[in-house]
Amino acid sequence: MTPDTTRRYNIAGGIITIITVIAALIWAFPIYWGIVSSFKLEDEVVRPYIELWPENPTLRHYWFALTQTQIGSWYLNSVVTALGVTVLTVSTSLLAGYALSQLRFPGRRPLWWLILASFMVPTQVLIINHFVLIANMGLLNTWAGIILPQLIHPVVIIVYKQFFDQVPREFREAAVMDNASEFRILTKVYIPMNWGVTTALSIVTFIWAWNAFLWPFLAVTRTEMMTITVGITQVSDAFGVYYARQLASAVLAGFPVALAYLLFQRRVTQAITLSAGIKG
Amino acid sequence: MIRNTKNDTLIAYVLIAPFLVIYGLIFVYPTINMFILSFQDAPLISFGPQSAEWTGLDNYTRLPDDRRFGTAFWNTAYFVLLTVIPGTLVALAIALGITRLSGRIQSLVLALFFLPYILPVSVVYRIWDWTLNFQFGIAMHLFDALGIDRIPIFKTSTWFMPAVAFVTIWWTCGFSILLFLAGLRAIPVEFYEAAELDNAGRWTVFRKLTWPLLWPVTALVLTIQLILQLKIFDQVYLFTTGGRPNDNLVMVYYIYQRAFQNDDGGRAAAIAVVLFVMVIVVSVLNFQLLRLAERKT
Repeated sequence: MTPDTTRRYNIAGGIITIITVIAALIWAFPIYWGIVSSFKLEDEVVRPYIELWPENPTLRHYWFALTQTQIGSWYLNSVVTALGVTVLTVSTSLLAGYALSQLRFPGRRPLWWLILASFMVPTQVLIINHFVLIANMGLLNTWAGIILPQLIHPVVIIVYKQFFDQVPREFREAAVMDNASEFRILTKVYIPMNWGVTTALSIVTFIWAWNAFLWPFLAVTRTEMMTITVGITQVSDAFGVYYARQLASAVLAGFPVALAYLLFQRRVTQAITLSAGIKG
Repeated sequence: MIRNTKNDTLIAYVLIAPFLVIYGLIFVYPTINMFILSFQDAPLISFGPQSAEWTGLDNYTRLPDDRRFGTAFWNTAYFVLLTVIPGTLVALAIALGITRLSGRIQSLVLALFFLPYILPVSVVYRIWDWTLNFQFGIAMHLFDALGIDRIPIFKTSTWFMPAVAFVTIWWTCGFSILLFLAGLRAIPVEFYEAAELDNAGRWTVFRKLTWPLLWPVTALVLTIQLILQLKIFDQVYLFTTGGRPNDNLVMVYYIYQRAFQNDDGGRAAAIAVVLFVMVIVVSVLNFQLLRLAERKT
């Protein structure tokens, strides 16, 4: 390559880099704008010109949301149901993934078919019968009713199976020689060797459950039982058109997942690429 | 193996039992019930054998003449058209930009692009409802600057779907970006070094090297996007409140409307079966195509 083309190359490359960075800032700007607006006074929010920073930063909308709305109960409902979904999904998937990966038993093939089928069937088409089922069980407007239909995450089993498949056979053979029980092999060898995957899968399952909208929206009719994701959209009428107030409650709803992502960035991205069938 | 298989079998069944109970209850049973319900005339509330009446294929034969069904079907198709390929191209462009960066800047830029994906749909709705607000939205300053008349975007049927598609791409792009980044990382550096020795230009490198090697990932992203967007509901429901839901129906929305607003479980189930078949057909076709794509490379 001649020096001249190299320079041209670098200039073009530099321009692409700058464009990428600027595009990233524009991309995230609506989030910034939503947050900033939530710290402005209502009459400041509707000014006909752009103010990138609040003139009189205020926490009053947050104070209002926390004291005058049911956001506290919604938070509790979201935390409980998202944790419930996470613990149940990850634990049952871990056990099933282990059986699929390490044990030979009759019915293994039909089990695979079931997992693949649940992979393809969109849960959205099941809402009617989920509703009938949960209603008949008397679980509408309960945490259990919100949790149950959200437990279909076959991808977690598949990821666990892949990781258990990768554990070298020697570990298992040595443990079997020592006469360790299957339970011991699982808890002392396979689970400890795969803590990373468990963490990653738990974080994303939690995020999925926190963000779930359609089912929690159908399963709950009483406002105090809503999850925060549903609550902030359903009770907006009571707020009238207080934009800053609405945005403050939205910030509160998005904060836990955004924080989880920022704290565990690598784990989250790893789990998401894994869930698509790509080794991250 | 020293162990007897009988013991293995027993342990395996104990391990898969919790999974089987859950999937039996909330996957297999509701799926079978959906098919049964689709052949019945049954209200959703007080659903039970006493109130259900067998009507054969009635729920299905009424679909072609159902105007709302037509709207829902074509809007879904329109939405898929507006999101799948454009969203994939946007994600690819962003991923190509991000791979050039390194270190802290790279993770910061990736985080900025990825953050929307992590947010709940209702937060995304609030952010964009505010940004595109007819009276006070900051985006309207852009409209004014460009000399475009302000429009109440989510209240007009022409702009509704494109606007929701735009927001959806913004929201879900992060996922595709991650897949493309993983795909780009898997291309050996030596290939690019060889291309550099050959004095190949940027565009040639992309066309002859990156694009073909990235094709399996691109096909995967397209597949996932396609299946995801067929099932769209949340954004359409949220943005259409206070607007014209009947003009903006999509498949899942219509299932919801029939079942929960018209209390018509049977007809809702028939629509659900149609969507079910659509998704399965698309998935199967796509996975076959994916397999072909993998064999080629």
